[in-house]
Amino acid sequence: MWSLQNITDNIHDWLYATFNPTVAMLIEYAIIGALAIGLFAMLGLVLIYMERKVSAWMQLRLGPNRVGPKGIFQTTADTLKLIVKEGMTPTGVDKLLFNLAPFIVMIVAMVVLAPLMFAKGFQIWDLNIGVFFITATSSLSVIGILMAGWASNNKYSLLGAMRSGAQIVSYELSAGLSVLAIIVLTGSLRLSDIINSQENGWWIFKGHIPVWIAFVIYIIAVTAETNRAPFDLAEAESELTAGFHTEYSGMKFALFFLAEYVNIFVVCALGATLFLGGWMPLHFGTNTRFNEVMDYIPSSVWFFGKTFFLIFVIMWFRWTFPRLRIDQLLNLEWKYLLPISMINLLLVTFIAIMNWHF
Amino acid sequence: MYRESTIVNESASLPYNGGDEGDMIINVGPQHPSTHGVLHLIITLNGETVKKVDPNLGYIHRSMEKMCESLTYRQFIYVTSRMDYLSAHINNHCCALCVEKGLQLEVPPRAQVIRVLMDELTRLASHHLWWGAFAMDVGALTPFFLAFREREMINDIMEETCGTRLTMNYMVPGGVMADLHPDFQKRVHEFIAHFKKKIDEYDELITDNIIFQNRTKGIGYISKEDAIAFGMTGPSARGSGVQCDIRKLYPYEVYDKLQFDEIIETGGDCFARYMVRMKEMKQSISIIEQLIDNIPEGDFQAKTKAVLKLPKGEFYSRVETARGELGVYIISEGATTPYRIKFRSPGYCNLSALDHMAKGQKIGDLVAIMGALDLVIPDIDR
Repeated sequence: MWSLQNITDNIHDWLYATFNPTVAMLIEYAIIGALAIGLFAMLGLVLIYMERKVSAWMQLRLGPNRVGPKGIFQTTADTLKLIVKEGMTPTGVDKLLFNLAPFIVMIVAMVVLAPLMFAKGFQIWDLNIGVFFITATSSLSVIGILMAGWASNNKYSLLGAMRSGAQIVSYELSAGLSVLAIIVLTGSLRLSDIINSQENGWWIFKGHIPVWIAFVIYIIAVTAETNRAPFDLAEAESELTAGFHTEYSGMKFALFFLAEYVNIFVVCALGATLFLGGWMPLHFGTNTRFNEVMDYIPSSVWFFGKTFFLIFVIMWFRWTFPRLRIDQLLNLEWKYLLPISMINLLLVTFIAIMNWHF
Repeated sequence: MYRESTIVNESASLPYNGGDEGDMIINVGPQHPSTHGVLHLIITLNGETVKKVDPNLGYIHRSMEKMCESLTYRQFIYVTSRMDYLSAHINNHCCALCVEKGLQLEVPPRAQVIRVLMDELTRLASHHLWWGAFAMDVGALTPFFLAFREREMINDIMEETCGTRLTMNYMVPGGVMADLHPDFQKRVHEFIAHFKKKIDEYDELITDNIIFQNRTKGIGYISKEDAIAFGMTGPSARGSGVQCDIRKLYPYEVYDKLQFDEIIETGGDCFARYMVRMKEMKQSISIIEQLIDNIPEGDFQAKTKAVLKLPKGEFYSRVETARGELGVYIISEGATTPYRIKFRSPGYCNLSALDHMAKGQKIGDLVAIMGALDLVIPDIDR
């Protein structure tokens, strides 16, 4: 059914039939690079528009409604404005680090896209350590943030970067442990294996309460990891004006901004893949009648539907909750989330060994 | 290599710099999202912990007291709308009371009731804005818009009767400037019904929120004695258990005939101050409900001479604004303009306690403490 796999396979076969393998491979890399950058830009535009509309809906406002029908070109116009703005580098900053930081954050956000499976058979790199790759690479973005805060020569930035460092490093732990819960159940780090293991039902339905706990902890931890409210301490605008990117303007600021949204997409996509079955349609055991009906919905719709639902939940958090304080934030992680997810991991392991899951 | 920025040198040259080695001095403001105006705080930090707060005032000083000395007793009332712009009515009210005291003028009962109604509506509008801004200070953005939905209704009522929405200039010596708009009662009834439906939403969203309670409970504690020593008034002092509601202690207009409670919380922290204001809103609604259907008929303004001249002497009046006690002190030489005017504004005294409250707390708490004090900078600087 309408699978993207046919398209990718056809292109792949045609390239290797027409050119010699080296050239074909290079052309494939170029196409994939262009697609990744395109996806990056599109995600930025779509998610920022979505954020503005969601917040407007929650705040009794209309949101952008002037540029294009229903304001859909508003973010395009904003991006154009940011591109033509002067890329200021204030005096007194460490020029190399200051200019490098936004690119590090952006490159990390793009590299993390590689092992994600966007639809059935539509994946850039089916890495055998896919989940590990995502968790490892996404934690690199803290280096970019620390760099930005340090190089800005601004105390607000430095405070924001310090907070961000403490926060991201702590919350990686419980996010990683809740991811491990699913790894234990599937026995594979490869994303395609994890998705295939959910053919007779998503883990959230199959895995009993421990998987639910892991899911909730995962959502909380990634909200903190991506510096989103109520954990947006790194850029808490009522305390630190704009935190680590106070001194940034123009396109360099936009790169931070885009990277934030792409990071949200990545963590939500990973959450959807691990707990909600990725592109896998809603299947219930061996109920073939029902499963076949569900298969009529294209796999990409399933994937993006789940991902955007999780993104909506994270946006919902942002526009509802007040912000935590830095010590409360770290208390929450080290005193509550981490112990709970450790015990939870043991429970999941026990379930996996006893084969109690469906 | 982290270099010292020029800002450090600037504040180091200021006399009140007393940081140790390793302390970080940050200028919060004059342009900062949570100072709600042009307040400049020089804070000394040790990591995230606040060691010292030095408010640096004067960015919006307009020498209002001096300005009033060259204006007549009718004119100077209008200037005071620009002091605490969120309780413009109440400022005007206090000035009108002071002038009336000097002239020994009897205000008609209808005007008295209208004044009290307007005061309470202003208090509600001010507390609504404070609620939104406070929630924004602790990081929740949506309440700001919810608060404005209710505040808009009050502003519309004001616009119909007074002609303006923010700086009303509705009070004149001897009464009010014009009679109520024919729709006034209907609109106020609509507002009360709307408010009673929505106030629970406020509690659901913010008051009962565990994050909000963690951010405010036990934060910015000030004892009753300290609050009195700093001269704190209004809801900020009542959160520490100080009995200081001028409407109860020194009733003016018809406040002594009304049934309402002075809200006192004993927590002394940001949450207590928050609860005082939330409960005060309900009290204001009850005052409005008592009066709205009982507005006496008659004149809305006493007969006064075209040119007002206060007898030689000193006159003082005090009212309860949304932020605390406002005092107006006039020295008259018998001329058409005051010889000297002094405003005792609540915000200035409340701000003086900021250093005491914020010491040892985190930066995030400093913002919450400022929010709970409900500072309006033009009120502090004048």
